[in-house]
Amino acid sequence: MALQSLDIIRRSATTTPPPGVRQTEKLAKLIDISKCIGCKACQVACMEWNDTRDAIGHNHGVLDDPMDLTENSWTVMRYSEVETDRGLEWLIRKDGCMHCADPGCLKACPAPGAIVQYSNGIVDFHEENCIGCGYCITGCPFNIPRLSKKDSKVYKCTLCADRVAVGLEPACVKTCPTGAIVFGTKEKMIQHAEERLVDLKERGYAHAGLYNPKGVGGTHVMYVLPHADAPSLYHGLPDEPKIDFWVAFWKGAAKPIGNWLLGLVAFAAFLHYITVGPNEADEANDKEPEHAGGKP
Amino acid sequence: MSTQDNRIVRATAPERVNHWLVAILFVLAALGGLALFHPFFFWFTNLFGSPTWARIAHPFIGALLFFVFLRLAARWAGDCRLTDDDRQWLRQIYDVIGKHEEKLPEAGRFNAGQKCLFWFQLFALCLLLVTGVVIWRPWFAPSFSIPIIRVAVVAHGVTAFLFVAAILVHIYAAFWVKGSIKGMTTGWVTRAWAKKFHPGWYRQVSGGK
Repeated sequence: MALQSLDIIRRSATTTPPPGVRQTEKLAKLIDISKCIGCKACQVACMEWNDTRDAIGHNHGVLDDPMDLTENSWTVMRYSEVETDRGLEWLIRKDGCMHCADPGCLKACPAPGAIVQYSNGIVDFHEENCIGCGYCITGCPFNIPRLSKKDSKVYKCTLCADRVAVGLEPACVKTCPTGAIVFGTKEKMIQHAEERLVDLKERGYAHAGLYNPKGVGGTHVMYVLPHADAPSLYHGLPDEPKIDFWVAFWKGAAKPIGNWLLGLVAFAAFLHYITVGPNEADEANDKEPEHAGGKP
Repeated sequence: MSTQDNRIVRATAPERVNHWLVAILFVLAALGGLALFHPFFFWFTNLFGSPTWARIAHPFIGALLFFVFLRLAARWAGDCRLTDDDRQWLRQIYDVIGKHEEKLPEAGRFNAGQKCLFWFQLFALCLLLVTGVVIWRPWFAPSFSIPIIRVAVVAHGVTAFLFVAAILVHIYAAFWVKGSIKGMTTGWVTRAWAKKFHPGWYRQVSGGK
């Protein structure tokens, strides 16, 4: 969503510096999975604040509702029943945009200014510039953006960029009844997570850890995972997310290679014409066979 | 094929219409594709009304291009079969670009370069159609997994770039060999042109010498 701001550090499909005179501190949201009770208050608060409403769905026999992220549901609770060394565990994860420091969506986006990254770390979609190609879906390592069937624009969590810009915390953080979601500077959130990890390890979660994956440069939404040795236990959270090889090539080397290829072909043609010259048939000396041959 | 004075029919009206439909659709598809490939070309989207219209139009133009080219392929595939002479012609590519036609094996209706372009285009358009469908939103892409879409989008782009490069060569060759463009716009070429650049074809259509 759009907000005039002067703290943009990256702008999609833009080769010159974006407006960035204002620098802000790096912020982060920390989701402590060990404290989450799966009440979905964050889902409700998200829809409330952003004023989106999902269609009434169907009961699938599980608590997940809706079953997936949509253009109206920018965060959903994912429930997984898994066997761990501690027996049967019910793992609940609040899914949504991770706000990567190295965002695959922004890298893939071909529309100038449809995706921006603020200096506080928030990755935001500016839907009025979106052309609906879905490249961000292709580029995202976490499968987050959703294309609206209504307007063919993509939507996802904004980390409440509008609230954060005026000094408020995101709506989900504000509403969380157990304090499982906290928000602040990234530095403080990492400190907070470390304190939580001490507690979890005392309680026997030997592999508890902070999920702040380096493959995408770290994220501005982080998890405290009781089983950080196997993030995929949490409804397929990627163990080692990174911008995919094909996406990196497509939006990296392929661009200069492609442009140079076309430029070189055109230049070679120019050189050839200027040096070798046009290839012409000798029309003046073509009279002979006509007289000899007697064609009509 | 008939000869009249010193002119020969090079391309019939249906062939010309078909060729230029392919050409126009190709240019539109290429402009839209380049616009989505690199910010440098993004302004091409305005040629389609708006960036979003460019995104909407591109796959329809591409699909239409595929089928219009198929019609052209049906017309010309027979004349595009590669022969041993063609392979020799390709080996002497330096004689080709150096204008030494007299040293080359006789070209038929199409020379080996044109034949290679033809088969490359047919192959590339098939690949572009398949990969294009895989990445076509909002209609077909949701049916494919994201890893498949990632490979398809790269294959689409690489193929398209080779295609554009090949067409640049095609356009240049037509500009370089004087009389060729007239052959495809008016349908006529001169007998001298035919004898010099497509002697095998000339003998065929003139019935001997």
